[in-house]
Amino acid sequence: MANANPVWEAIDETPTTRPRRLVLEVVHDWVTTVDHKKIGLMYIAYALIFLVIAGIEAMLIRIQLAVPNNHFVSPQVFNRLFTMHGTTMVFFVGMPILFGFGNYLVPLMIGARDMAFPRLNAFSFWISAFGGILLYFSYIGGSGLYGAGSAPDIGWFAYAPLTAKVFSPGHSTDYWTLAVFLSGIGSVGTALNIVTTTLCLRCKGMKLSRMPLLVWLYLVQGGLVFVAVGPLTAAQIMLLLDRYLGSHFFDTQAGGSAVLWMHFFWIFGHPEVYVLVLPAFAFVNEIVPVFSRKAIFGYPAMVAASVGIGFISLSVWAHHMFTVGLGAAGNTFFVFATMVISVPTGIKIFNWLATIWGGKIIFAVPMMFCVAFLFQFLIAGLTGIMLSAAPFDWQLSASYFVIAHFHYVLVGAILTALFGAFYYWYPKVTGRMMNETLGKWHFWLFIIGFHLTFDFMHIPGLLGMPRRIYTYEAGRGWDNLNLIVSIGGFVQAIGILIFVYNLIRSRTQGDIAGHDPWDAWTLEWAVPSPPPSYNFAVEPTVNSRRPLWDLKHPEDPDSDYE
Amino acid sequence: MTPALLQRRSRFATPARALFCGMSLFVGTAFAKSPALSPTNMFDAAATPAHSIVGLSTLVLSVTLGIFLVVGGLLLYALIRYRHRPEDSTREPAQIYGSNQIELSWTVIPILIVVMLFLSTTRIILGTEAIPKPASALDVTVIGHQFWWEYRYPKLGIVTANELHIPISDPSKPTPTYLEMSSADVAHSFWVPRLAGKMDVIPNRLNTMWVDPPQPGLYLGQCAQYCGTQHAKMLLRVYADTPEQFAAWAAQQKQSAQQNLTNPVAAEGREVFLHSACINCHTVAGTIANGRFGPDLTHLASRDTIGAGPIKNTPENLRSWIDDPNIMKPGALMPSMHLNQHDLDVITAYLTTLQ
Repeated sequence: MANANPVWEAIDETPTTRPRRLVLEVVHDWVTTVDHKKIGLMYIAYALIFLVIAGIEAMLIRIQLAVPNNHFVSPQVFNRLFTMHGTTMVFFVGMPILFGFGNYLVPLMIGARDMAFPRLNAFSFWISAFGGILLYFSYIGGSGLYGAGSAPDIGWFAYAPLTAKVFSPGHSTDYWTLAVFLSGIGSVGTALNIVTTTLCLRCKGMKLSRMPLLVWLYLVQGGLVFVAVGPLTAAQIMLLLDRYLGSHFFDTQAGGSAVLWMHFFWIFGHPEVYVLVLPAFAFVNEIVPVFSRKAIFGYPAMVAASVGIGFISLSVWAHHMFTVGLGAAGNTFFVFATMVISVPTGIKIFNWLATIWGGKIIFAVPMMFCVAFLFQFLIAGLTGIMLSAAPFDWQLSASYFVIAHFHYVLVGAILTALFGAFYYWYPKVTGRMMNETLGKWHFWLFIIGFHLTFDFMHIPGLLGMPRRIYTYEAGRGWDNLNLIVSIGGFVQAIGILIFVYNLIRSRTQGDIAGHDPWDAWTLEWAVPSPPPSYNFAVEPTVNSRRPLWDLKHPEDPDSDYE
Repeated sequence: MTPALLQRRSRFATPARALFCGMSLFVGTAFAKSPALSPTNMFDAAATPAHSIVGLSTLVLSVTLGIFLVVGGLLLYALIRYRHRPEDSTREPAQIYGSNQIELSWTVIPILIVVMLFLSTTRIILGTEAIPKPASALDVTVIGHQFWWEYRYPKLGIVTANELHIPISDPSKPTPTYLEMSSADVAHSFWVPRLAGKMDVIPNRLNTMWVDPPQPGLYLGQCAQYCGTQHAKMLLRVYADTPEQFAAWAAQQKQSAQQNLTNPVAAEGREVFLHSACINCHTVAGTIANGRFGPDLTHLASRDTIGAGPIKNTPENLRSWIDDPNIMKPGALMPSMHLNQHDLDVITAYLTTLQ
């Protein structure tokens, strides 16, 4: 490693030993903070808590479905469980955990000292967190004055007119509406912050064409949030108007349209999939090159593919509605748009493959998760192609095949990449390494459990098992498959418990990490671990996409080739 | 219509099968047309719409399997071939930043695959959704309810519930059944995998689908759109009858309920039934019972099941259902009428006469 190190020399490395503080002072510090790193960590912690809650809901669902004609929970409880599981995982686990990583990493990777709007950042976090709490308060307050239902039981996409006052009395649906509404406000705030930060606060020399791919993907993700969350928020307001002020947007009894809600929801809902998966791509884009010891292959193509996915994803929503009876012309258009999105997605997979090709691959835990991501995302993409062929979808839609497909994306791709990201950036955040042995236990248990659950889950869908049924009769060919799926769920849960233990244990007992434990190339590894609150003492200057590579290899810098 | 469509399908399927013979074999064995596997296996197709989906899905499965083997194989090879070995030098590997030719090739090849799949898909969409309705078609109106199905045959003057009877369709002289679908309350979805793909049943909207099973038999399915508490027990039973069976069934269903009951218990049950709240929701043709909220009971005893499919239609089950439907189907909208034991007995006796 080279000694001449202008960026590092600029860093103030005075040890920050502070006197012991009272608990109240610590709490006050976290509640009032506007530091992007602390807000990022709060996002992640809050998402992890909801991950455990929604995970427990998933386990209860799997116990109920493990055997036919089971009476473990009532249909009412089951319907609440899958509604809360879906809503929580999408709005209060997926979005916040990815925003948490974005908040923490984007300013560090572009050489900025904080986000563009630190107070908006704090506001966005607290309003989203309030949304999550409001959703779960429905278990207490949902019965309201009318005594019907507690938690919402309308499904996470809440198709009209099941949400109308006549079919969903009580207040549980209102808690769902308001929780999602608040989460949307927080999401738009954070997206605004990420986009502005990326466009305005890059350090000297960091042209858009030199931005780390992670930052590019968060930029596209922020743009998608702007476009996608608006319709969802509008639809929530319309639903509230229907329920309380006598409007008839979705009130089919009075001439309203059930299909209108579907359009509003999926115009949000499909870009939302990309809002969640683009950050997963972002993590893989950073981790795969470092552990292959090679620059990312085809950076301009990767950027173009990301932006392309962003645009195309806005025109595919009605592939969730192939069974609605849109007619041959409508179906054909959305088949084409949906199939086309596989082209930029394919480009990404091929570029990751080419990055690995000719490298020296180090199978540390972050890389192991990324390798699993590559295979699982490939399969998720291919089952996506099956679903995009509308007639095939007429059979598969709303069956367990679809459930298996989107869990392959959400768990097999997004959560798997997230685990890689946790192992990769944990040393930067805490200054200590996560335990490698526990990490490998976590990896294998989780991956084996994942495949037991979600590989086998495809088959009952092909055999006619619809989603969201609280029980089924024996003799449909679904029994053994569902039992395997349920067992796999518990194996995954054990893996995740080991992860949580590792997370807590390594905080005090992990090996000291130092600035740059992975010999990586982006700016966050140039500052101490954990980074000081101001990040960079002196604004860094970069000449290429991999500033730390240039410092480590002054004889052969990237800037000669870009 | 049907023979032409079948011909088109086979023309499309033959080169595809030839091209992906080995892969099709793999897929084929995985989902052999074995009714033992499941009575609702989508690959065990029994009508033209389902057949054409099997053809398309075989193609799509073959193509995706091919992509998986190629890309997954390359990935596996790269991971093994280029892993870091302890004896490796500490030098970094050669840094390669990209190649426009390679990028172009893995953009163009997927585009070609997409165009091929898109055209094959479009052909099946048009063959199912955009073909004219033959004059020989039978019309049935399907109305979804929480949590049961209402079937009306406007040309035949028949109203029934939960068990759909259709005639089989001889491919040389097709008599397909066209289902016009809507909902009385929330969104449902009509899904009988061996006959056709699903079609949503949405209030304030009319959707159409058609089926033409050539073989008589019972085809199972169930509601596929979450519609409330008892979504799980909103089952579908489609009976494909031979023309003679269907004609006999239709003739019987057109009749009103028998007026003069010989059995005194059943006659008493009839009086209790007609004087209780049952008639607010149920119809028995030929009586004053003309409610529309629940299933038509005029020919209840001719059905195999009650409660929209999950319960066998025996006198014991029927009695227990009337006593409290929420025991066998919690969340069903029919309330317990709190009838005494005597009334339960006589009403059950009356309902079993409704052949």
